[in-house]
Amino acid sequence: MDLNLSIDEQQFQDELRSWLSTNVPREWEHAREQSLDVRFEFHRKWQRQLFEGGWAGISWPKEYGGRGASLMQQVIFWQEMARAGAPQMANVLGLGLIGPTIIAFGTEEQKKRYLRNILNADEIWCQGFSEPNAGSDLAGLQTDARLDGDHYVVNGQKVWTSYGWLADWCEVVVRTDPAAPKHKGLTVMLVDMKSPGVDVRPLRQMTGETEFNEVFFRDVRIPAANVVGKVNQGWDVAIGTLMHERGSFGAGLQIIYKRNMDRLTELAHSTQRNGAPAAKDPIIRQKLAQCYAEIEIMRLNQMRAFSRISSTGVPGPEGSIQKIFWSELNQRFQQVAQELLGPYGQLSSEADEAIDNGTWSYGYLRSRGNTIEAGTSEIQRNIIGHFVLGLPRSY
Amino acid sequence: MQFGLTESQEILRDSARKFFAGECPIAEARRLMETDAAYDAKLWSKLAEQGYTGIIFPEEYGGVGLGIVELILLLEESGRALLPGPFFTTVVQAGSLIDAAGSPEQKKKYLAPICHGETRASVAFLEANASWDPADIHLEASADGKLTGEKLFVPDAAVADTILVVAHNGVFAVDSKAPGLTLKPMPGMDLTRRQYSLKLKNTPGEKLANPAGLPRARGIATAALVAEMVGGMQRALDLTVEYAKTRKQFGKPIGTFQAVQHQCADMYLETESSRSAVYYAAWALEQKAPDAATAVSIAKMYASDASRTVGNRGIQIHGGMGFTWENDLHLYYRRAKASETMFGDATFHRERIARQVIDTSTFVAKTA
Ligand SMILES: Cc1cc2nc3c(=O)[nH]c(=O)nc-3n(C[C@H](O)[C@H](O)[C@H](O)COP(=O)(O)OP(=O)(O)OC[C@H]3O[C@@H](n4cnc5c(N)ncnc54)[C@H](O)[C@@H]3O)c2cc1C
Repeated sequence: MDLNLSIDEQQFQDELRSWLSTNVPREWEHAREQSLDVRFEFHRKWQRQLFEGGWAGISWPKEYGGRGASLMQQVIFWQEMARAGAPQMANVLGLGLIGPTIIAFGTEEQKKRYLRNILNADEIWCQGFSEPNAGSDLAGLQTDARLDGDHYVVNGQKVWTSYGWLADWCEVVVRTDPAAPKHKGLTVMLVDMKSPGVDVRPLRQMTGETEFNEVFFRDVRIPAANVVGKVNQGWDVAIGTLMHERGSFGAGLQIIYKRNMDRLTELAHSTQRNGAPAAKDPIIRQKLAQCYAEIEIMRLNQMRAFSRISSTGVPGPEGSIQKIFWSELNQRFQQVAQELLGPYGQLSSEADEAIDNGTWSYGYLRSRGNTIEAGTSEIQRNIIGHFVLGLPRSY
Repeated sequence: MQFGLTESQEILRDSARKFFAGECPIAEARRLMETDAAYDAKLWSKLAEQGYTGIIFPEEYGGVGLGIVELILLLEESGRALLPGPFFTTVVQAGSLIDAAGSPEQKKKYLAPICHGETRASVAFLEANASWDPADIHLEASADGKLTGEKLFVPDAAVADTILVVAHNGVFAVDSKAPGLTLKPMPGMDLTRRQYSLKLKNTPGEKLANPAGLPRARGIATAALVAEMVGGMQRALDLTVEYAKTRKQFGKPIGTFQAVQHQCADMYLETESSRSAVYYAAWALEQKAPDAATAVSIAKMYASDASRTVGNRGIQIHGGMGFTWENDLHLYYRRAKASETMFGDATFHRERIARQVIDTSTFVAKTA
C-alpha cells in the first residue's frame, strides 16, 4: 500500500491542477437556473475544453484520443476535478460505460470510429438496455433483431433511456436468437439515433424534468458491422457495461458530492437554528460529520476498487457495493440537507425565496432514482449475496 | 499510488492468520476467557517470538520497526481470532504511548522489555466522567510525582507490570506493585479484555518526557482498535455466510431467502467500508498526513456503528442458535460493544470530525 504519488503521477497532478485553476468556468454556479438543454450545452462545452486540454479519457488509449495514462491517474483526475469544484462532463454514459465497453469488446474500426467522438462530446451516447418488461430481469428483453443481408432489422421498445432525447448514438441489447435460452440469444449493437424508424418520446420524471425517454424501434436497419462482440454473446458484453456502471461509474460522482457537501457546510454556517448558526447545533453537526465521513469512505472504497481493477484488468461483482454506497449515501445526504434547510428545502426554482435556485428540492427528489437506476439496490444485494459471498441464487 | 497490499504485507497478514489459527483457535480463547485475567504466559512468549510484541517499535529497543499499515494487518488478524489478553493493551496502547512520549532512557526501561515479551503494561485514562477528551482529566500529580485519585476502565491492569497513568499534568509510568495502588475488577461484557478500577494514594510515578506524544499514540491505538474490529466483523460475516449456506429451512438453505441474503450483503458492505477507512487512516498516520486525525475519526466513527450492526445481523441470521452461549458470535458481539465505546464512540468522533472539517471550513471566515 502506497498512496504517495509516483513521479509521473505527481507531474500529472501538478499539471492538471494548474490547468484547472485557470480553466474551470466560474459562471457555471448559475447554470442551475437554466433548462436541462442549456445546462447540457454548458457541460458539453466544458468537456470539449477538457478534451482539447488533453484531459478527457485519462486511461483510454492515445490512438483513440485518450491520454494513455493509468487507471490511478484517472482516479487522481476525479479527485482533482472534485477539489477544483469543476463541473462534470456532458457525455456521462459514453465516458463511463459505452467507451469502456467498446475498448474491451469493440473491433479496431469501432474504436477508431467512436471513441474520439465520445471524448470530445461530438457524439452523445445513451444506453438502451431496459424495456417495459425487462428491468431487473434484463435478460428477458424482447427487442427483436433479424439479419437481412448485411444489416439487422430491429423492432421493439426501450424505456427509461437517459439522454435519449439528445443522444446521437445508443448502445442497445437486442434478441438475435429467440429460440435460444434467454441469456444466450442476445447481441449488443450500436445504433445511430438518426436512423429511420427510431422514435424518441420523452418521459416526465418525478422531478418534473424529462431526462429519460422511451425509444421505439420500427424496422430500424443497423449495419452488422455495428455489432459489439459476438452475435448471440451479447450478455457478456452487456455485463461488461454493467460492471463499469456499478463499479467505476460512481468514482466520478465524488465531484458532485464534494461540491454538495461544501455548499451544505456553507449553508450550515449561514442558516440560523435556535438563535445560532446551524453549524453550531449539536445534532446538525453530527449529521454533517456523518455525511462528510461517508463521502470520504466512498472515495476510499473506490480507490481500493481501482487498485484492484488495475491489477486484475476488469471490475468484478464486488463493484456492487460502490453502487449501493453512492446511491444510498446521496439519499441520506439529501435528507440531511432538507433537515438543515427546513421549509426552504422544498422550494423550487420558481420561488424567489428558493435557496440555490431550488437545487435542494430537485436533489432530494432526484435521489430517489439513485437506488433504481444502474440496477436497483435489491439487485445489487443479490449480486453480492450470490456472486461475491457465494450464497445460493434467490430466484 | 496503490491502495492495495504489497507482497510483503500480504505475507505478514497470511502468516499472522496462520499463527493465530494455530496458537489461539476459538476453543483456546474460550478457555482463557474463563481464567482470572484471560492471560496465558505461554501464548505471550509465542507472540514475542513472532516479533509481534515489538512490531512497530524501533530496532534499537528490540522492536521490528514495521509501519502502521503492518500493525493494522496484524490487529485485523488478532481481531479475527478474538485474541484474549493484554496484547492490544500492552503493545498498541501502552507501547505506542511510551514510544511517542518517552525519553530514550524511558524507552530503554519500559519499551524494550515490552518488545522482548518480558513485561506487560496498560494505560489508565478514563475517570468517573468516562470522557475520552483529555480536557476532562482531573487527576493531578503532585510536584514530586505522587499520584492520588481514581481511574476507571483500565484494561488488563491485573497482568500489567507498568501502568501509564494519564494525569492532567503529564503521563506517569507507575509500577503496578507501587505503594498505594489498588485494583478492583470491573466485570463487563467483553470477557477477553478485562477492565479494572485503579485507586492511587500517594503513589509514585515517573513522568514521561514528552506528554505531547499522547495524541499520536491515541491515533495509532484507535486505528489499531478499528483494525481489530474489522477482523471481528470479517469473522462474523464468514460465520454467518457459512451458516446461511448450510442451515436449511423450507427445504433450502436459508441464504436463498433475500431477507437473509441482503443482510449478508450489508454485512459485507459494512466490513469492507470499515476496512477501506482504517487502511487509509493507518497510511495517513504512517505518513503523518495533515488529515490523519480526521481519517482516524472517520474510521472509528464508521466502524463503531458498523461492528455493532454486523453483529446484530449475524446473530439474527443464526436464529435460536445465535442466541446460545455455545455459538461464538456473542463473543465477538461482546467485544464489539466494548470496542465501540473505547477511545470514543461514533457520536464522539462525529463531533471531532465536525471540529476538524465543519468549523474550520473556509466558509466560516466568509460568513462571519
Ligand atoms: C433515473 C433513471 C435513469 C435510468 N436510465 C436508464 C438508461 O439510461 N438506460 C437503461 O437501459 N435503463 C435506465 N434506467 C432503468 C433502470 O435500469 C431500471 O429501472 C432498473 O433496472 C429496474 O428495472 P424496472 O424499472 O423494470 O423495475 P423492476 O425490475 O420491475 O423492479 C421493481 C422492484 O422489484 C424489485 N425486484 C425485481 N427483481 C427482483 C429480484 N430478483 N430480487 C429482489 N427484488 C427484485 C426491484 O428491486 C424493484 O424494487 C433508469 C432508471 C432510472 C430511475
